[in-house]
Amino acid sequence: MDWLTILTTTVHAAIGWEAVVYGLAAIGVNIHFGYTGLLNFGQAAFMAVAGYGLAVMITVFNAPFWVGIAVGLAGAVLLALVLGAPTLRLRADYLAIVTIAAAEIIRLIFRSVYFKDIFGGSDGRRGFNADFYAMNPYPPGHYGIGPFGFNERTMWLLTVGWSVVLLSCLVVYLLMKSPWGRVLKAIREDEDAVRSLGKNVFAYKMQSLVLGGVIGCFGGFFYGLYNGSVQPDVFGTEMTFFAYTIVILGGAARVFGPVVGAMIFWVLFVFIGNLLAELVANGYIPFMTSIQVGPIRYALVGLGFILLLVYRPQGIFGDKREIAIDAR
Amino acid sequence: MRDDTMTTSPKKAAALAAFKDLPREPGVPKPDPILIADNVVRRFGGLTAVNVEHVEIQRGSITALIGPNGAGKTTFFNQLTGFDHADSGEWTFNGRKMNGLPAHKVARAGMVRTFQLTKALSKLTVMENMRLGAQGQKGESFFRALVPNLWRGQEDEITARAEELLERFKLDAKREDFAGSLSGGQRKLLEMARALMVKPELVMLDEPMAGVNPALTQSLLGHVKDLREQGMTVLFVEHDMDMVRDISDWVIVMAQGAIIAEGPPDAIMSDERVIDAYLGAHHDAPLSEEELQAQLHEAEAALEAEAEEETAK
Repeated sequence: MDWLTILTTTVHAAIGWEAVVYGLAAIGVNIHFGYTGLLNFGQAAFMAVAGYGLAVMITVFNAPFWVGIAVGLAGAVLLALVLGAPTLRLRADYLAIVTIAAAEIIRLIFRSVYFKDIFGGSDGRRGFNADFYAMNPYPPGHYGIGPFGFNERTMWLLTVGWSVVLLSCLVVYLLMKSPWGRVLKAIREDEDAVRSLGKNVFAYKMQSLVLGGVIGCFGGFFYGLYNGSVQPDVFGTEMTFFAYTIVILGGAARVFGPVVGAMIFWVLFVFIGNLLAELVANGYIPFMTSIQVGPIRYALVGLGFILLLVYRPQGIFGDKREIAIDAR
Repeated sequence: MRDDTMTTSPKKAAALAAFKDLPREPGVPKPDPILIADNVVRRFGGLTAVNVEHVEIQRGSITALIGPNGAGKTTFFNQLTGFDHADSGEWTFNGRKMNGLPAHKVARAGMVRTFQLTKALSKLTVMENMRLGAQGQKGESFFRALVPNLWRGQEDEITARAEELLERFKLDAKREDFAGSLSGGQRKLLEMARALMVKPELVMLDEPMAGVNPALTQSLLGHVKDLREQGMTVLFVEHDMDMVRDISDWVIVMAQGAIIAEGPPDAIMSDERVIDAYLGAHHDAPLSEEELQAQLHEAEAALEAEAEEETAK
């Protein structure tokens, strides 16, 4: 049993790039679902549009890095407007259906043969992160304590990534304490009541969709920058559902819920996976092969979340009183 | 609560004086109408839910809108407040055209409604519910919300006003509780208090007494009367006739989508048209023993004739 590897990978997962990417996606979902009550099941599309915006601008059009970022952001805003305009007047469940379909449409366009010259088909795009790492102020080396630590490239990505995460949390904190956030929370409770009090519900929902989409789209940037590539199938529905799981795990409508949720989610995911792999490799679980570890890991994590919803439906940071009100 | 059942307050007297010599006809013009609606029609497929030719609501009065189930009262309410669109028709509020306006603009114009099924915002505290009602909040714009100094002063003013209202509605002890933890009657009170945060001129209450504990009824009635005392106009839908008699200055009766009668509350209950609408036109047709016999004979004769025809064939 290689306990050291299990331990280091687990610690790395808590603060690694996955926690950043999924944390940002979850902060966006938290604004949509946790605060406004919008069931946006297309969060992966916002990340895809951003990741591809950056990748395509640099690799295909030879544009500078910041133009790529700008195009990615503009893409996310545009997607929110296009997605929201026809659907935000509908009931919540219709929005869920439309957004999940839109996300799939976008993924299929990115992987289509017709647009292979631009988006690169199912292989996606690679080789667009050189400019980002050229800005790296860390000299080459190992940063960390003993076996825990990252190389200078990962350090740079994580520094920027966690800064964006904290900045997003600050924005969410300020907004949700303000009258603006109060309108959002009120819309989640009952939008007709909010209308009857003279608030333009549609405009607020749209602002919420744009804000959550833009924060989520940074997750798409960091995915592309860390991996040095984007592929269409990365941005499938699974990514959106992971983000939802993280939000519920951390506690919906809590500022740090999605961040802590993302950390715990990846710690559990990596820990269970590596532990099982080691146990199987050392013959402690004779009825399993190492190939089966992957699927079993999903099953166990799923079981964990079922138990969470049964025994702590409000999540880590949630307020039990709020759940009690729903049950009335 | 002030007791104005014994002594008639000046506002009530003024409202009654305005209605004094009005003919009791549907669509009768009022001396100083705040709301005028013309030819408002709403159809659901083949069903005409609302078909109001003309109606006026007197400023500074409490007007009740009554009618049997399915008369179209709530649908008419929804149209006036922008929650449902009308197929045709137009209405003005304070002389300003209101048809086609979305609900939030209707509310901003000063016409605020409550709902039959109370809409307390459960997971917001009572105080947050109240603050939401205030209009023109600087902190409700996205970018200004990020800088608390821009809206904190206004928020304090809003809070002070909300506290005053909560005290009046005896909800001040609950200010930090979730609205979802209140009782049905308290929610009605909160909804009414929240509507007042908008500073409306016309308050439209959709069944304010539905689901309210009898102990709270009197208090709620007092609050409705109080609205008139403060210079607001009240239009409400209600089924409880005792309440209608107790607080309204004028009653408008709807049946099958149309306004069939108007009048003061003590007279309207004995109006032929109203009784017909509620109980059916022939509910009191005499059905004596002789008549019954005669009808039976008629029916028997008809049956016999039919049987003879059958055998003849």
